[in-house]
Amino acid sequence: MESIDILKSQDHSSGRLLKDKLVLGAVIVLSLITISPIILIIWKLVVEGYRQISLDFLIENTPDTFEAMTAVANGELIPGGIANGIVGTLLMVILASALAIPIGILTGIYLYENQGSFMANITRDISDILQGVPSIVLGLISYLWIVKHITMGFSALAGSVSLAIMMLPMIVRSTEETLKMIPESLKEAALALGVPYHKVILRVLIPTGFSGLITGILLGISRILGETAPLMLTALGSSMINLDMTKPTSAIPLLIWEFYNDPNMVGLIWSSSLLLMAMILVLNLVSKQIVAKRR
Amino acid sequence: MNSDKITKAVLFSVSILILLLAAGMLYSLVGGSLPAFKTFGLRFIISGEWDPTYGREKYGALPFIVGTLITSFAALLISLPLSFSTSLFLGEYFRGTRVARILGILVDLLAGIPSIVYGLWGFYVLRPLLIDLGFGGQGFGIFTASLILAIMIIPYATSLSNEIIGMVPNDLKEAAYSLGATRLEVITTVTIPAARSGIVAGYILSFGRALGETMAVTMLIGNTNLVPDSLFDTGNTMASVIANQFGEADGLKLSSLIAIGLLLFLMTGVINAIGKLIIKKMN
Amino acid sequence: MTTNTIAEVKNPILSLNDLSIAYDKNYAVKNVSVEIKKNTVTAIMGPSGCGKSTLLRALNRMHELYENITTEGEALLNGKNIYEMPAIKLRRHMGMVFQRPNPFPTMSIYDNVIAGYKLNGIRTKKVERDEIVERSLRDVALWDEVKDSLFKKGTFLSGGQQQRLCIARALAFSPEVILMDEPTSALDPIATAKIEDLLVKLKEHYTIVLVTHNMSQAARISDYSLFMYLGELVEYGKTKNMFTNPIDPRTEEYLTGKFG
Repeated sequence: MESIDILKSQDHSSGRLLKDKLVLGAVIVLSLITISPIILIIWKLVVEGYRQISLDFLIENTPDTFEAMTAVANGELIPGGIANGIVGTLLMVILASALAIPIGILTGIYLYENQGSFMANITRDISDILQGVPSIVLGLISYLWIVKHITMGFSALAGSVSLAIMMLPMIVRSTEETLKMIPESLKEAALALGVPYHKVILRVLIPTGFSGLITGILLGISRILGETAPLMLTALGSSMINLDMTKPTSAIPLLIWEFYNDPNMVGLIWSSSLLLMAMILVLNLVSKQIVAKRR
Repeated sequence: MNSDKITKAVLFSVSILILLLAAGMLYSLVGGSLPAFKTFGLRFIISGEWDPTYGREKYGALPFIVGTLITSFAALLISLPLSFSTSLFLGEYFRGTRVARILGILVDLLAGIPSIVYGLWGFYVLRPLLIDLGFGGQGFGIFTASLILAIMIIPYATSLSNEIIGMVPNDLKEAAYSLGATRLEVITTVTIPAARSGIVAGYILSFGRALGETMAVTMLIGNTNLVPDSLFDTGNTMASVIANQFGEADGLKLSSLIAIGLLLFLMTGVINAIGKLIIKKMN
Repeated sequence: MTTNTIAEVKNPILSLNDLSIAYDKNYAVKNVSVEIKKNTVTAIMGPSGCGKSTLLRALNRMHELYENITTEGEALLNGKNIYEMPAIKLRRHMGMVFQRPNPFPTMSIYDNVIAGYKLNGIRTKKVERDEIVERSLRDVALWDEVKDSLFKKGTFLSGGQQQRLCIARALAFSPEVILMDEPTSALDPIATAKIEDLLVKLKEHYTIVLVTHNMSQAARISDYSLFMYLGELVEYGKTKNMFTNPIDPRTEEYLTGKFG
């Protein structure tokens, strides 16, 4: 059998094994390079930012640039805090959630209940495409809709609307995916008992998929927490705490942008980023925990 | 049974709302950009002139379109070896191990870092490093922006390809092993061909992400309104020029920025639709 | 325990001496000693979880793909210890056929048959390749059915044809032993019968070790049988003798359907 002769004359096994090892080595090295930025970034935030973090930082408004300049000149920590940003972020995230969560969950239920129907497919595709729209474009949209026509000026509401559009497709998708994992029999059992459809949704589907829905919501919130670009076009910013949703409002990422552009305030960028990053990390870890518990 | 009909009607109308939302977005963007397109016509897309001087205003989006495509392509190329290796690490070599779980969490976290924080890190850490390494100038420009963009889009390509690579059936890999293949040969002849379209879709979607990233790019690209002539030139992307110039814009300039937003909306829409289509075909 | 090693196997192609395999220190195969005769079909039988698949996969060292496995004892292929040569070299001599047909979905029928050569970086001329493909497909009686569609994807074939393609893929290398892990369990009766006929023909040139849970299959086509239970080799002998006159009571209970 001549094929055996071919085999014997061509044995590359040692070279092939060496190549195998080399590639494995490269994969490990490149993977470590991939994750190094996250470690370096968090490290930088902690090292540069921790000194500024205090109770004042959380409950005081931003200082004016003169105060900051004096403090820096005297070698002191910049006084004041970012309470206006924290409150603004909370206000806009809550408003955005109030808009996006109900619509998102209802749409997710619609997609789940009408698998394969033409309308559901179109809605799902459009929702997927919305998820890829750059956040700055959402800022433009909200500017055209809310700033120019509803609040007649920059406002928290306009900021919230841009964030809500960003969050909506994420909620739609996570709701549908969660509901798909619920056994069909559970739903059928309820329907067989003659329970009205809306009660099946409220009493069976939503409670059973609750942890999944919460995970999706938390991840959605963690995504919009750090958004800056759309807020520059809509909420604009404010040096005071503002609770009126028709007025310009600050947010933590907006403050970071202002500090970055003001040489006197630049000392505050790291601590503000550290706080923002910590909020995002906590939301991420909590949602991971919920996912882990469900399995 | 009447309440069932109401429930169905509510669900249906809420989904209609999503469609209206998308249609409304397109309508408003088109409406807002009309003045720019009426004034400049097709020249808006192919002209490289951006002159806001009152009285002889001229706006052309070419520098920003070129800037966006170059930075995004460069970012994709830089991220490719990194995210590909990482998805092999997670989906093949160390699949199911503790190390892979931790690495996976860290990669996910990359997606969680806000754009503005990437920008700060790029400005205060990466840029000085590039200057020290002799890249010259102030360290601003297309290359610096691409580098930070590359890091930002890694998780998008990685998570999809890692998932698809992990789904390649074990018995196919075993068939190759039983013929005497090394692990690398199994990966190149069985795993990658079987997962190819998913991997490609992942890169397309991450490219779509890169197109619209704003803050980090704005902080690093140098913000000049000319068509860049090299990777190390400064420039602007479509997203960064909107962020930069929106504050002082009204009239024709505002309309031009909205028109750039519309183009960006269409570009990302097409790219994402292609990516999703590939994924859909796979299933 | 009564391990019936049969004396008449001279110059065995495979000999296992005291072979044990453990996952995380749980023994799946315990002290198995067996000599397998050239150009025969040897069936490994036993209830699920008895270690028969583990034993088979240890023969081409596929069991090493997953971590935390320890192997003790030795297995000799033509007198050479298979655990002392590189696994990728060993596997060229040991073809393997799996439970479910698994042709490479991205390759044509032709490329599937020649895959082993490509994977091993062996350069061949086009004429040689054509010859190997034709010979292997003829050996599995698939040539006439696919010769006009050699460059179509293998996944369009029926289940039985796919499994014969997979056997051809293993044969292309002219291996000395072909290991088969329940190769007909996913096939319908007609496809199964074809494969069984094929195995009886193939033993003229090859040695076949076959794991099966189908006792009548073992009775129909195997020359020798091993019966394993809880990781131990209970009985080994000529199939005819084992089925008519089992020595160990556990073998008898299994063969009469008392457990399994």
